[in-house]
Amino acid sequence: MTLTKNWLTRAGLALTALAFSLAAWAEPPHRWQLNMGKGVTQTSHSAYDLHMIAFLICCAIGAIVFGLMFVAMWRFRKSRGAVAATWSHNTMAEVLLTVVPTLILVGMAWPATKVMLRSADTSKSELTIKVTGYQWKWRYEYVGTDVNYMSSLKRNSDEARRIGSGVDPYSVEHYLLDVDRPLVIPADTKVRFVITSEDVIHAWWVPELGWKQDAVPGIINDAWTLVSQPGVYRGQCAELCGKDHAFMPIVVEVKPRAEFDQWLVAQQGGTVDAAAIAANMPATTVPATTVPAATVPAATVPAATASSTSAAAASNLN
Amino acid sequence: MAYANATHDAGHHDDHDHKPQGFVNRWFYATNHKDIGTMYLVFSLIMFFIGGAMAMVIRAELFQPGLQLVHPEVFNQMTTMHALVMIFGAVMPAFVGLANWMVPLMVGAPDMALPRMNNWSFWILPAAFTLLLLPLVLFFFGVGGGGPAGGWTLYPPLSIQGGDSVAFTIFAIHMMGISSIMGAINVIATILNMRAPGMDLLKMPIFVWSWLITAFLLIAVMPVLAGAVTMLLTDKFFGTSFFNAVGGGDPVMFQHIFWFFGHPEVYIMILPAFGVISEIIPTFARKPLFGYQAMVYAIASIAFLSFIVWAHHMFTVGMPLGGEIFFMYATMLIAIPTGIKVFNWVFTMWEGSLSFETPMLFAIGFVIMFTIGGFSGLMLAIVPADFQYHDTYFVVAHFHYVLVTGAIFSIMAATYFWLPKWTGRHYNEKLGKIHFWLSTIFVNLLFFPQHFLGLAGMPRRIPDYNVVFADFNLWSSIGGFGFGLTQILFAWILYDVCVRKRGIKATDQVWEGAHGLEWTVASPAPYHSFTTPPVIEDRMLAHGDVTH
Repeated sequence: MTLTKNWLTRAGLALTALAFSLAAWAEPPHRWQLNMGKGVTQTSHSAYDLHMIAFLICCAIGAIVFGLMFVAMWRFRKSRGAVAATWSHNTMAEVLLTVVPTLILVGMAWPATKVMLRSADTSKSELTIKVTGYQWKWRYEYVGTDVNYMSSLKRNSDEARRIGSGVDPYSVEHYLLDVDRPLVIPADTKVRFVITSEDVIHAWWVPELGWKQDAVPGIINDAWTLVSQPGVYRGQCAELCGKDHAFMPIVVEVKPRAEFDQWLVAQQGGTVDAAAIAANMPATTVPATTVPAATVPAATVPAATASSTSAAAASNLN
Repeated sequence: MAYANATHDAGHHDDHDHKPQGFVNRWFYATNHKDIGTMYLVFSLIMFFIGGAMAMVIRAELFQPGLQLVHPEVFNQMTTMHALVMIFGAVMPAFVGLANWMVPLMVGAPDMALPRMNNWSFWILPAAFTLLLLPLVLFFFGVGGGGPAGGWTLYPPLSIQGGDSVAFTIFAIHMMGISSIMGAINVIATILNMRAPGMDLLKMPIFVWSWLITAFLLIAVMPVLAGAVTMLLTDKFFGTSFFNAVGGGDPVMFQHIFWFFGHPEVYIMILPAFGVISEIIPTFARKPLFGYQAMVYAIASIAFLSFIVWAHHMFTVGMPLGGEIFFMYATMLIAIPTGIKVFNWVFTMWEGSLSFETPMLFAIGFVIMFTIGGFSGLMLAIVPADFQYHDTYFVVAHFHYVLVTGAIFSIMAATYFWLPKWTGRHYNEKLGKIHFWLSTIFVNLLFFPQHFLGLAGMPRRIPDYNVVFADFNLWSSIGGFGFGLTQILFAWILYDVCVRKRGIKATDQVWEGAHGLEWTVASPAPYHSFTTPPVIEDRMLAHGDVTH
């Protein structure tokens, strides 16, 4: 008995250690990463599963098709004395090669549709955050509070990335994937994002949350997430938005609920900075309850703000 | 036999016949389909190297993390111009060149139906590309703000933030569109009206079929693109608000219109490739094409489906759920006709008598690597997974597999396949094979690791990246330089045959397994061919027997 127990304990310890090292290794993105990360939400798990289903089906079909080709290239070489047949038709094969792929496609479309139906529902969220893209930073507003702030590329990355900076990117922690003020969200809470832009189109993407959503000026898109595992998750703008498109990362810090509540209170308690920004902002245009699931072509975005910003952006470039 | 003798005589006669004297007369006033085809192909090769040079700049900057060579705004100009030059300057004109050379020869017509318009549709192109490239060239001499930098997709509001180069780009696109439409009208008029007696529609070579369908796609979508860019032009310079939210417009509307053009456009670049491959594989398998009619219908259904899948390029733009589901299903459907084509090529090879001259190598490379691009395309159709793939290097890998190892490999295959007919000489077979193997190795080193980069989370169109992406970017860049250098060998092989006049004399049939009217005329093809319509016997045709 003791022996068995001992063995079990050891195996358990070894497994834990392995899992631990795998977890550390698995934190994406990592060097030599070959596959999509599984992420930390149900949405990202679904995306990963569908990706793997499609990938494996493609591998199987590829093995058959390329296998046949290589057999043909070997067996039916003229140099091995192959004599060409003259057939050019086979109704049975042609019907099968239409029907079987159709069935495979249905097999892929079915689970994908189920996931889409489930993911589209942004209702019953407990917190709404408005994300606004700017050239080249993000603004996060906690709807219903006066907490809102800009989040832009961290200074050490910003200095290192310039031509002739003399700084080795390898020496900068989280090079180009770090910001001055991350977005903070609570764990185990359904958070809804309403996403728009003040100048050109951006896209808000954190791979581990499992989706990206375009930030389009004049339109408000929405999306949601529910992360149970506290941690820091990194992403980047995914839609070309001008010269510094590569330099507007996204960092999401997921805090346990209680810690988040404290953080939010502290923010509201009014760092002068946040209050000042809030005073300049238009009142929130998207009450959390009234936006339908899809997009709202928002004539509701105050025209004055939008035009002044884009004019400013344009004059910067010209 | 009587027929063969007649052509031979005609060939001898034509050799001394009526070539316009003098450079200007021959080329600027060209109305001969072979001369115009040659000019298209040479133009395309030049653009291939210009667009390739831009790709080299991109890969050099991405060689390692950090910015070393170019500023981000220059990098964005490189990605934008690389795409525009390759799509409108290299791939499309190459296929039009092939159509000019081969369609009349394949259907037994003396020339294209509208020779003067043919001249015009080619000569617009150099003007269009001068206009397109001018801002970039001036920029290198310190004049102006450079070329367009908003991506070849020209999404507003970003694209109209650029300087006056927007106007250059838009007018260049207008001109390319006019050129393409005239070329397409010419192809349709030739195929529908000038086929030799006996060349029924369902006896035409697949290459001719693929071009007939492509030409209709061109006529359908180039005006759509012209409309979209014209609205951009007025938004930028005349204060309209088609795509400006502040003025009541909608930036997403541009994307819908653009991709309504853009998706058929990708088939414009691949359908003629299907045609080329369907000519080459039966030739070197010495066996008729499997399922000829199915191939024709597959091309037609792909063309139809190409009009109803456009929004799969914009799944993350915030579409209603029903729209996303529709576009996902429609996109997945394309896999069926495409699959039929791939299976049919494989079955054509089955029980054939295969030999592996350079055109066949490129054709087999095409089938395998285009299929890999098709697989990643199918994966991209799955909406929830696309939310992860979209706008990453996974997409970049996907469309380069279908465009480089797809479209461009087929153009190279076609060049080697028909070069002996064009010049009367065989290219250097050994160098051709080296060209194939180097291209294949390097192109996979170039684009395969980009799948990994995209899956790991590297967005496309960025000049600098986190160090975790460094390793595969290094591989990719090495592959890119290798692929680029290998194409100098391609240019040398062509120069060797076309200018130095080296190489073994080609017979009229050129390839042992070649069937079709184009192989019944002399090599090199006489300046005027089929001045009287040939009498066609079924055995001369690749697809004579279509009774089943």
